[in-house]
Amino acid sequence: MPVFNQNRSRVIQVIFTSIFIIILVQLIHLQILSPKYKLAAENNAIYRKIVYPDRGIIFDRKRRPLLENIMSFDLVVTPSEAKGTDTLDLCTLLQIDTTEYKRRMRDIIFKNTAVRPSVFEPLLTQELYAKLYENMYKFPGFILSERKSRAYPYNIGANVLGYIAEVDTSFLRRHKEEGYEQGDYTGMTGLERSYEKVLMGQRGIQRFIKDNRSRIQGAYENGVFDTAAVAGKNLYTSIDVELQKLGEKLMNNKVGSIVAIDPKTGGILCMVSAPTYNPNYLTGNQRKKHFAQLLLDPRLPFNNRAIGNKYSPGSTFKTVSGIIGLTEGVITERTTVTCNGAFQGCGTGKPKCLDKGTFDFKNAIAHSDNTYFSTVYKRILDQPRYGGADSALTVFNKYAYTFGLGHKLGIDIPSEKAGNLPISKYYRKIFGQKWYSCNVISNAIGQGEVQTTLLQLANVMAIIANKGWYYTPHIVDSIQGGDEYNMLDAFKTKHYTDKNIPDSIFDAVQDGMQAVVDYGTAAASKIDGIVMCGKTGTVENYAKINGVMVKQQDHSFFGAFAPRDNPKIAIAVICENSGQGAWAAAPIASFLVEQYLRDSISGTERKTKLEEFANKNLIPYLMRMQMQKNDSLKRVKENEIIQQQMNKENNDSTETDEPALQEVKPKVPIKKIPSKNKISAVAIIIDEQRKIQKAIARKV
Amino acid sequence: MNSRNNNTISKGVDWLVIWLYAILVAIGILCIFMVEYKPGTDWLQTFIAGKTNYSKQLIFLGVCVIVATFILLADSKLFTTFSNLLYAFGILLMLATFVVGKNINGSKSWIPLAGGFNLQPAELCKIFTALALSKFLSRQETDFTNIKSQIIGAVIALAPAILSIFQNETGLALVYFSFFIAMYREGLPPALLIVGISFGVLVVATLIVDKNILAIALTIIALLAIYILRRYIKRQKSILTIIVALWFICVGVQRFAVPYIFNNVFQCYQSTRIYSMVGKDYDCTQNHHKSKSNSDKPSKKPDDYNVRQSKIAIGSGGLWGKGFLKGTQTRGKYVPEQHTDFIFTSLSEAFGLVGCVIFLGLYLLLLFRIVRIAERQRSTFSRVYAYSVASIIFFHITVNVCMTVGLFPIIGIPLPLISYGGSSLLTFTILIFILIRLDADRQMVLR
Repeated sequence: MPVFNQNRSRVIQVIFTSIFIIILVQLIHLQILSPKYKLAAENNAIYRKIVYPDRGIIFDRKRRPLLENIMSFDLVVTPSEAKGTDTLDLCTLLQIDTTEYKRRMRDIIFKNTAVRPSVFEPLLTQELYAKLYENMYKFPGFILSERKSRAYPYNIGANVLGYIAEVDTSFLRRHKEEGYEQGDYTGMTGLERSYEKVLMGQRGIQRFIKDNRSRIQGAYENGVFDTAAVAGKNLYTSIDVELQKLGEKLMNNKVGSIVAIDPKTGGILCMVSAPTYNPNYLTGNQRKKHFAQLLLDPRLPFNNRAIGNKYSPGSTFKTVSGIIGLTEGVITERTTVTCNGAFQGCGTGKPKCLDKGTFDFKNAIAHSDNTYFSTVYKRILDQPRYGGADSALTVFNKYAYTFGLGHKLGIDIPSEKAGNLPISKYYRKIFGQKWYSCNVISNAIGQGEVQTTLLQLANVMAIIANKGWYYTPHIVDSIQGGDEYNMLDAFKTKHYTDKNIPDSIFDAVQDGMQAVVDYGTAAASKIDGIVMCGKTGTVENYAKINGVMVKQQDHSFFGAFAPRDNPKIAIAVICENSGQGAWAAAPIASFLVEQYLRDSISGTERKTKLEEFANKNLIPYLMRMQMQKNDSLKRVKENEIIQQQMNKENNDSTETDEPALQEVKPKVPIKKIPSKNKISAVAIIIDEQRKIQKAIARKV
Repeated sequence: MNSRNNNTISKGVDWLVIWLYAILVAIGILCIFMVEYKPGTDWLQTFIAGKTNYSKQLIFLGVCVIVATFILLADSKLFTTFSNLLYAFGILLMLATFVVGKNINGSKSWIPLAGGFNLQPAELCKIFTALALSKFLSRQETDFTNIKSQIIGAVIALAPAILSIFQNETGLALVYFSFFIAMYREGLPPALLIVGISFGVLVVATLIVDKNILAIALTIIALLAIYILRRYIKRQKSILTIIVALWFICVGVQRFAVPYIFNNVFQCYQSTRIYSMVGKDYDCTQNHHKSKSNSDKPSKKPDDYNVRQSKIAIGSGGLWGKGFLKGTQTRGKYVPEQHTDFIFTSLSEAFGLVGCVIFLGLYLLLLFRIVRIAERQRSTFSRVYAYSVASIIFFHITVNVCMTVGLFPIIGIPLPLISYGGSSLLTFTILIFILIRLDADRQMVLR
């Protein structure tokens, strides 16, 4: 057989080779020259799972947990695997309708793709968890995923402890360097916020190989790149659970706050801000709803009044002006001043005094004599050796400043207010260059421009108790495993008041304050067997209503410390719009002091009095009005809905019935709405509410 | 003769091809093992239980060894004698699929056999066609320079291809075009290759370039040719006619033939794949298979998903690869059909460029060896058959590997001897071992 075309075998071999070379070139291109494929493979296959550390626990002074971590469960869904789910059953269990189910699914897929697990229903209740657990076989693609959440066993200290919330985008922008990620929780207020660094712990990362459906196949490289989660550090605070509990009980249905300090250490024993809220309210799956409710509450439960509100300190400030007067030598303990009903030094007959008579220093404090301390203040400002009111005020302020007034003390929870010590520049603006003591005489009795926070007031009490020094008030005593970030250093420095103030002056003031409780203004709050020094305060205050300043019921103040020798507790109480200091604040303080020093309240009489106090409703009139308004708003809205429904029904009904029904109709719902004007006013408020709700939405 | 064969089954057998065959099959099973492997499972037990693909492939290999032994024991004359009959039988089987066919993955090309096995006649038909073509070309009266016998040869090769297209197995149909390489060796005019390549270029150009611009470009090329050849045209008017005719054909192909093929011959998903190769979207509403293909093959993933993942797998291998069983793409099952059509990716991810070069080198060695075997045959039958085998294997490798590296649209064609699948392995085993048998008798003149 002749062999034709033998050379064509060469051609065929060339074709073979050339194709293989083309393939080879492409392989080189892919494998050597394109590093992007390596990256793409890693992105494909490596799943980084964040292992959340347990947040640190916060303990009280006796190592009782103020808050702890509990295991709770989220219902987590991977939409792509949830095809065969018994939707109807699930909706019935969760008490949602199928449209809601579909909406959530759509949102989840939009936000986090269909193949990754996302939270469908967070923080299930125990009951719901049990029900779902039994029925999980019906819901492929759904799993119950555990997670830690906060729990507050004593239901107290909401404002001190603060709350945690999921970080939002603006937070992430602000804290770029700190490694937060979407879905993390961070402390928003209170201790949770200021000690976030130590509480948060360190996240761990586990690397897994995942498959094309994001199912985990196993550890990546046997976990050599994994990092372990480091649990957050525990905080040991100086808070006393029993004291805090009692304080919150007493402040129930009152507006105001309590701060109690251990004067020896500056550690805060209790800090109550009322009205407050149950911190557990912000942990469950109703968090969002509750948060909105609290934010809209006219009682402002998120406001920590102990540090966030400035008050005129009232007569409690007399202790400070008295000490300054004694130190500057404008009076002595024996100086007496007579009051005939009012201070006549400025010719205005103001301020008035309650008890007429002649008082020495001790009794002036005991009876809270306005004339006496106005005289002292006027003498200081008029002292010729200072060369004018300006510099005299500066001298006065210098003293006051060392008492921790007029500046932030630096407590370890955020949003502390500085208070106010007015300076001469301010008065010049108001009264002109030639202002003089009589312009500002009300400062003497704490009614003028002087403003303090309750914390500052409690601190003043601690200073007097210590006779001239204090530690910066703080809540956290120690951090588990040491203070790695030097967060507690500021609380270890002793601050002294002006060294010129001899102990004898403090003794004199303490004499006066003891007299207050023994036979003075707060005699009713004397505790048998405990030598307590205190000072009442009754502060006039005004509220702006429709642009007009209207005098309100007085704020009730009381500052105290006990026992006089070796003081263990310094306390300040304010009860807003509750009348005289002796009337509301002093008894509250006395109960707390007794509780702290004796661990219980002695005597049935005092016990019943305590209960009586706890049940008293002293919510100011204005606030009550606002609450009522909000409640009626709700009613109005409900009525509108009823009306709409009725209209609908009417339209559905036959024509003949209509006139008769229409006559009846207005009577039923509109009865509760007084007038048309009110409805329009209501509409405006609804708008405002919407604004607030938007704000909430942003915050949440 | 029988007795002689019985004594020396291995006499004249080409051991290199057998070794290459064994190595490639071993690599194949290893690759399938890589795809199937899951850490933590007791692979030995699953292996023995025979539930995994690699153990099944091993069973198939056992069957293949038995079949190969029988082939080696058989008489070479058997193949020449029965080639036409087998071919007719193959065609019949293919026709039978239209009646008793079973629908697997959208193509009705399987005949269900007893015991849950399915037979794909189009696979077997490759062997029969190779034999029939060899038989036809080796006939004394066949003169392959003659256009008539060329057409007959083409018909023999393409008849199963046409049936395959009707069975919805475009990939398999394409394989039959590889016989043209064998026919080219036997004297098919090279112009056909040139025309074929030009046609390919034209099709690709049609896909990439806007049709009006392409028409203008073609016209310009034609005018340029006329201008350049103006002197020859003056002497010989027929050149002008040829140029005009060519221009006419080109524009016709570009305007009508290609859109017709894409809209009417190909399924929607095929057209989409080819278009996505050149980076374009195919509008499925033009496809007349639209309604049917939509219900048959619902595609959830974007069409270039397969290629993208395949390229990632290959690309992430780098120079040395990630190592045996360490390929993340493979372990994560990112590449679809990785144990069959995309088996090459598992190899290149694990062993990198070096592994790929060695692997492709083995293939090239096999091909060259077969070509060498072909050229040493005394009988045309054996030579044509050898070239057919080489062409089929070459075509499979080209299409499959080019597909995985993203040079070719996705066509379901297995990688010879490597991909998982009993039919494919058996077919190539038979193809190769018939060749070895024929080669052992290379001194004989077979007709």
